[in-house]
Amino acid sequence: MLDPISIDYAALNMASLIPMIIIILGGLSILVIDLIKDDLSKSFYVMISELFILLALGAAFGYTGSERGFFDALLIDGIAKLGEGIILIASALFIPLALTSKRFHEFSYPEFFALFLFMIAGFNFMVTSDNLILIFVGLETSSLALYTLIAMHNRQKSFEAAIKYFTMGALAAGFFVFAILIFYALTGSVELHKIKEVLIAKEFQPIVAIMAGVVFMIAALGFKLSMVPFQTWVPDVYEGASAALAGYMSIVPKIAGFVVAMRMFEIFVHADIVWVQQILWIVAVVTMTATNIMALVQESVKRMLAYSSISHAGFAMSAILIGTTQANSALFLYWILFTFTNLGAFTMLWVSRHKKKGVWHSRYDHPYEKFSGMVKFMPVNAVIMGMFMLSLAGVPPFSLFWGKLYLMSSAINSGFIILALFMALNSAISVYYYLKLIVYMFLREPKQVDETIYMKNASMPLKTIIGFAAFMTLMAAVLVSPLLDMITHYVKASGF
Amino acid sequence: MESLLTLVIFFPAVAGIFGFMIEAKAIKAYGIAVTTIEFLLSLLLWIMFDSTNPGYQFVEHIPLIKEFGINYYLGIDGISLFLIILSTFMTMVSVIGLTVKEDLKNMIITILFLEMTMVGVFASLDVILFYIFWELSLVPMLYIIGAWGAKLRIYAAVKFFLYTFAGSLLMLVGILYMAHLHHEITGTWSFAIPDWQAMPIDFTTQLWLFAAFFFGFAIKVPMVPFHTWLPYAHGQAPTVGSVILAAVLLKMGTYGFVRFSLPMFPDASVYFIVPVAILAIIMVVYTAMIAFAQEDMKQVIAYSSISHMGIIVLGTFAMNAEGITGSLFLMLSHGIVSGALFMLVGVIYDRTHTKMMDQFGGLASVMPKYATIFGIMLMASVGLPLTIGFVGEFLSLVGFFQISPMMTALAGTGIILGAVYMLRLYKKSFFGPVTNPENKKLKDLTAQELTALVPLVILVVWLGVYPKPVLDPIDSSVKHMIVNMEKKAVTKEAKELFVQANSIKEAK
Repeated sequence: MLDPISIDYAALNMASLIPMIIIILGGLSILVIDLIKDDLSKSFYVMISELFILLALGAAFGYTGSERGFFDALLIDGIAKLGEGIILIASALFIPLALTSKRFHEFSYPEFFALFLFMIAGFNFMVTSDNLILIFVGLETSSLALYTLIAMHNRQKSFEAAIKYFTMGALAAGFFVFAILIFYALTGSVELHKIKEVLIAKEFQPIVAIMAGVVFMIAALGFKLSMVPFQTWVPDVYEGASAALAGYMSIVPKIAGFVVAMRMFEIFVHADIVWVQQILWIVAVVTMTATNIMALVQESVKRMLAYSSISHAGFAMSAILIGTTQANSALFLYWILFTFTNLGAFTMLWVSRHKKKGVWHSRYDHPYEKFSGMVKFMPVNAVIMGMFMLSLAGVPPFSLFWGKLYLMSSAINSGFIILALFMALNSAISVYYYLKLIVYMFLREPKQVDETIYMKNASMPLKTIIGFAAFMTLMAAVLVSPLLDMITHYVKASGF
Repeated sequence: MESLLTLVIFFPAVAGIFGFMIEAKAIKAYGIAVTTIEFLLSLLLWIMFDSTNPGYQFVEHIPLIKEFGINYYLGIDGISLFLIILSTFMTMVSVIGLTVKEDLKNMIITILFLEMTMVGVFASLDVILFYIFWELSLVPMLYIIGAWGAKLRIYAAVKFFLYTFAGSLLMLVGILYMAHLHHEITGTWSFAIPDWQAMPIDFTTQLWLFAAFFFGFAIKVPMVPFHTWLPYAHGQAPTVGSVILAAVLLKMGTYGFVRFSLPMFPDASVYFIVPVAILAIIMVVYTAMIAFAQEDMKQVIAYSSISHMGIIVLGTFAMNAEGITGSLFLMLSHGIVSGALFMLVGVIYDRTHTKMMDQFGGLASVMPKYATIFGIMLMASVGLPLTIGFVGEFLSLVGFFQISPMMTALAGTGIILGAVYMLRLYKKSFFGPVTNPENKKLKDLTAQELTALVPLVILVVWLGVYPKPVLDPIDSSVKHMIVNMEKKAVTKEAKELFVQANSIKEAK
């Protein structure tokens, strides 16, 4: 007979749940408001969502209670806080992108904002838990919301993208469940810290079963993190989604995935399981190299950025493979710096978004030709976009250079010299396609001198966000020091 | 003044930002004013420079990323002082001689940013800071070549960028490995050049690190076989681009050898003397032969420029005060002379829109002043005694003679070949009857062009006759460096070589 469950309320530590509760309440209240009054402008919903996100951010960083909460399913350690921070700040920066001067279909539905908030809650559950079931629930909540958000863009390509993402995501979910199943069968637990204990006690035997579990896990997370060979959906989905959402997808779901991957694979990396390291090594190197080469031949800036973001994910993945405190700190530093730059780059595409199809190219909204000779009539925009490209390429002193520097340094310090050489080589390859855009903007003759066409979608909030991203990209040299201080503190505190 | 170096570095960049607010028609005057002030500031550095002190002066040290040991750390010694003055001087001269008409404002602002990066490279004592300026210098140059160049400009600009960027990423791996070593040995993170120079490294590690840094520098110099980007860049770049590229940007590579490779990896440098020297000799002779085969004046000078860089590399790897001081002096003289030659080609190109030698002939009778200045620069380039080119070449070769007389003789043939192709150029374009009737109406040098060129002529003669004020500070810093290298060397071969190389006695 089962014992009756009796846990007193204080032991539940409900405070640990507050950030997620705020976000979910926010989503629900948007739905309720929509029921009562249905003709509110989108600016209202944007600002309400923004406020809930900021509240959650405050609650997350203000949390000082114990690490465990809610039936021990939640784990609020340092990397959870960092993950939550990145997710919430990136979301807070992306939601104002809905305030475009053109009307877009999706933003006229309050459901868009409700779904957006539910998605954030899902991501937050992923990073604040080491219970595989709860991680799975978070993963699915966020993914389902994200598929719908993509489809709401209401274009042929968007539906295709959403369906593609959904099918792939469903497969990944299957893999994830399989991985959980295998680890549960092996260890009798779905909690990562217990799994770790049991695996160490068993000295990682039987190897075949563990290998199957790890492979399923890599496949599942590989889809989310767009690791080669599970990256095929990315360019199409980015192409179909709106530029703002594509930018969001290149950052937030991935950091959530990275935190899960870090918790999962660190079990093996810290125990020096060589074959796991080898698999991760191959995955990371192939991801950054292959997609870099694919990016070289793209005709659309958006697809180029899609491939480039996969390559950056490969860079970050190598941090998990290295597994030292410095490497894990480097991952967060890299991703924070990447957030600002990529946010800026995608927003630049977003402001120049034209509602009519085929203004520039029969298929793409943002082909390279669109930016021809931009410096001649919009010098400031061209310089800012050029700066984002140089930053993505890792040219100092712009933001991403510092991320690359610290990551490569962590690789070298742990003896991964070849890996560091691959990173250097890949930066050298990638500079070519980033440079291609700069060449178009600065060195070619303009095709279209009517500058209004480039700023069709611009509005004050969008310009502010671009300005903010440009500022962060430019001033990174000064920001890195305090950021690194904070990140290292949190990463160390959680034992990675 | 404690912050003089910061001022010298960032003054042009701040002026460049202000330049956006200048009206287009006043921008030329603004550019000249700013670069002149900058040049005077760098002269102030020389005046306040204490030549009896071989160490770093004007040091500034502000922590940037403390946890990782990255600092805003500046300072100069005799080695870098004159390279800074060369950068500001050549920038000033090329802005005075600027004849670009379209988008002049963008051009001037770009040059000012480029000037910041050039001075920054030579003044940084923190390797990351050095790397930042080193990489950042590519961007304005990319724009200058790509936006104002000739037909194939975009190809040339991208090739230039990709080559140098790829090389410097390998160097970045080397830099991070050095930092890692420093952390292992001392337990603290540091990217300071003096710290690294003092750090003992075992022989095998030195070999690898030498190789990593070598790629970065060799592509920049450019050494054979990484030189193919340079003729393209020169061929397509506008005059001002070629002048700055040849005069200053290439020197960053050879400066890297002197500042990094030699003092940080003395044993590896000794170990690699022969391979590097062979590359340098190939560079000298092979590119001289290519220069002989060119029909385009600018290409002749571009290849001759590579050829002379070979002698600079050779002098650097002589491992003695004569060779290294000579190579540093040659960097300056090559900067002045090749910069002047590129400007002279620009002058004739502005008038006739061609650089082909067979289009000219008998220019000396139409443009006597032009022919005179061209002649002086040509003699300096060939290395005629009493011109600036002679001092550096002579010292470099004397230095390397201590290592290998045979190789020095081979490199010396490059000078003979140099005389051959340069005199051929002069004969074809300047002597004989005027073959092309259109050339009869050519105007001689204008006042603006003379203002840019005459200071260069004065320098060529002055430093050719009396190089001591420049040589002395360089020499004292170089000697200081060699003593430290000798102390740091771990292998027996290296120690022996230092004794052998430094056996030249001073005349009493």
